[in-house]
Amino acid sequence: MTSAQWFSGLWAYWLIIALMMVGLYIVIARDNLIKKVMGLNIFQAAAILFYVTMAKVTGGTAPIVPHDPAHPGGHGEHGILYSNPLPHVLMLTAIVVGVATTALALALAVRIHGDYGTAEEDEAVIYDREHT
Amino acid sequence: MIEKILVLEVVLPLLAAPVCVLVRHPRLCRLFSLGVVAVCFAIAVAVLLEVRGGGVISYQLGGWPPPLGIEYRVSTVNAYLLALVTAMALVVMSFDSRGGPPRVPEQRRHLYYAVFLLCISGLLGITITGDAFNIFVFLEISSLSSYILVSLGGHRRAVMSAFYYLVMGTIGGVFFMLGVGLLYQVTGTLNLRDIAARLEPSLDDRGTVLALALLVVGISIKLAVFPLHHWLPNAYSFAPPKVSAFLAATATKVSFYLLAMVLFTIFGAPFVFEELRLQAVLLPLSILAMFLASGAAIFQADLRRLLAYSSVAQIGYMTLGLSTANATGLAGGLVHLFNHAVMKGGLFLVVACLLYRVGSVHIDALAGIGRRMPFTSAALVIGGLSLIGVPGTVGFVSKWYLVSGVLERGWTAAAVLILLSSLLALVYVGKVVEAVYFRKPAETQPIDHVREAPLGMLAPAWVLAVAAVFFGLTTNWTYGVAREAAELLLAGGI
Repeated sequence: MTSAQWFSGLWAYWLIIALMMVGLYIVIARDNLIKKVMGLNIFQAAAILFYVTMAKVTGGTAPIVPHDPAHPGGHGEHGILYSNPLPHVLMLTAIVVGVATTALALALAVRIHGDYGTAEEDEAVIYDREHT
Repeated sequence: MIEKILVLEVVLPLLAAPVCVLVRHPRLCRLFSLGVVAVCFAIAVAVLLEVRGGGVISYQLGGWPPPLGIEYRVSTVNAYLLALVTAMALVVMSFDSRGGPPRVPEQRRHLYYAVFLLCISGLLGITITGDAFNIFVFLEISSLSSYILVSLGGHRRAVMSAFYYLVMGTIGGVFFMLGVGLLYQVTGTLNLRDIAARLEPSLDDRGTVLALALLVVGISIKLAVFPLHHWLPNAYSFAPPKVSAFLAATATKVSFYLLAMVLFTIFGAPFVFEELRLQAVLLPLSILAMFLASGAAIFQADLRRLLAYSSVAQIGYMTLGLSTANATGLAGGLVHLFNHAVMKGGLFLVVACLLYRVGSVHIDALAGIGRRMPFTSAALVIGGLSLIGVPGTVGFVSKWYLVSGVLERGWTAAAVLILLSSLLALVYVGKVVEAVYFRKPAETQPIDHVREAPLGMLAPAWVLAVAAVFFGLTTNWTYGVAREAAELLLAGGI
C-alpha cells in the first residue's frame, strides 16, 4: 500500500481522529466549564462517527428489506447488498448517553457558577485557595 | 428457575428507581430501597452458591439466543462480584445517615435514593452482562449516577469534584466504546464469549492492539490506576460520607473486574502477558501507586483525603496481583477486592459517624476523640490495622497471597516493595490513631459535648469491622472463591 492509498483509503478515520483530538484539546486547554463540555461533546461525536463509518458497506444500500409478494413475511433472498444497521442502532444509545452526560455536566456547571460566582476553572481554583 | 431470577438482579433496582421518584416519601423510599437491595443480595448469594465449582448460569434477554441477542452470563467470577457489590450496598444502605446528604432538602430526598438504586443497577449490570456494548451502557448508567451522588456533598468543592469526575469518566467511557467498536470491526460480534472465540490477537494486527490499548486506558481511568487517579481523592473526600463508603467499596472493584475480564477472557493471558508483556507497564505503575499514593496519604490533614489516597495505593495492590498473571497472584488481587471493600467501606462509615458527631474529620479536630466515642474509634483502629495488613485482619490475607504470587513469579524485589509499602500504611494509620487516642483535645475545639454515634450508624460500621477480622481468620469463603475465579480467568473463561 502506497502512502497515498493509505491516506485516501482511510481518510474518514483521519478525519475522526482529528475531530477527536480537537475535542480532547478543548477539554484540556480551556478553562471555561461550558467550553469543556462542548469539547467533550465533540470528542463523543467523533466516536459516534467512527461507528457510523464502519457500518458503511461499499455499494450497500439502506438496510430495509423490500416487500416481496411471493413471501408475505417479506424476508426473501434478493441479492441486495445492505449496509450494516447494527452500529447505527448502537449509536442511538450512545447519543442518548451523550445527551445525558451533557445535561448533567451543564447542570453541574450552573451549580458551580452559583457557588463560586464564576464558570472559569482557574478563577474557581483561586477562589478555593482564598476561601478555605 | 435460577436463570429467571438472575435477570431480576439488574431489573429490580432499575425499576425500583422510578418507583422511588413516584412515592416521594423519604423514609418510605429508604426502607423500600433497603428491601430491594436485600433481595438483590439474596439473589446474588443464591447465584454464587449455584455456580461454585464451575457452574454457569445463562439468561437470554427476550429469548434471543446469543451471539445475536444479549446474554446475561454468570460464572464464579461475576457471581463473586455480584455478591460483593450487593453486600456492600446492603451494609451502606442500612447506615442511617440522619437527614441524608447535606445538599438535598427533605422533600427531594426520594430522588437521592432513586439515583443510588440506579448506580447499584449499573454496577450489577456491568458485572452480569455478557455483551460488550451492554457493558458500555451500564458503565455510563453507573457513572452518571455516581457523578450526581458525588455532587451532593456539602462543600462547594463537591460539585467541582463531580465535574472533574464527569470529564474524566466520560473520556474513559468513550475510550471504552471505541475499543468495543474496534473489536466489533475485527470480529463482527459483540457477545463477549463470541469475541473471545473469534479473536486471534497478534502484535501485527494494529486494530486488535489498538482495541486493547483503548479498553485498558478507558477502564484504567474508571479504576483510577496510578497516573489516571487524579479524580478519585477529590471525589471521595467531598462526596457525602455514605456515598464515599459505597463508591470506595464497589465502583472501583467493578472496574477491576472489567479490566481482568478484558485482559484474560477477551485477549487471553498468553497474548497480553507473554507477547505484549503488559506487566512491563502495569507492574511499575502498581508499585508507584503503592508508594506515591501512600506517601501522599501521610501528608493529608483530612481523614477522608487520607483514606482516598490510601484507596489509590490499594488499587495498586490489586493491579499488582493482576500483573503477576498466575493463579496465586491473581487470586490475591481478587481477594483484595473483597477485603479492601470491607475495610475501606468500614472506614468511610466510621468517617460518617465522626462527621455526624464531631462535625469535622480534620485530624487535629479528632484529637482525644477515642475517649468520647470509644466504639467508633475502635472500629477505626480495626480498619486501620487491616490497611496495614496486620495478621488476623483481612489486609494480611490479601498481602500474603499477593506476596506468594509475586514470589512464584520470581519478582523478589516486588515482594520486598509490597512489605516496605506496608510501613507507609503504618505511618498514616499511626498518625490517625495517635491523634484519636493519645493526643489531648485542642482548647479551641472542646469535645466535651461529643457523644458516641447512634446505633443506626455504629452497627453497619461494626458489621464491616467484625467482617474485617472474621474474614481475616477464616479465608475459606473469600480466598476459596477468589482462587476459583482466578483459575477460571486464567483459563480464559468467564
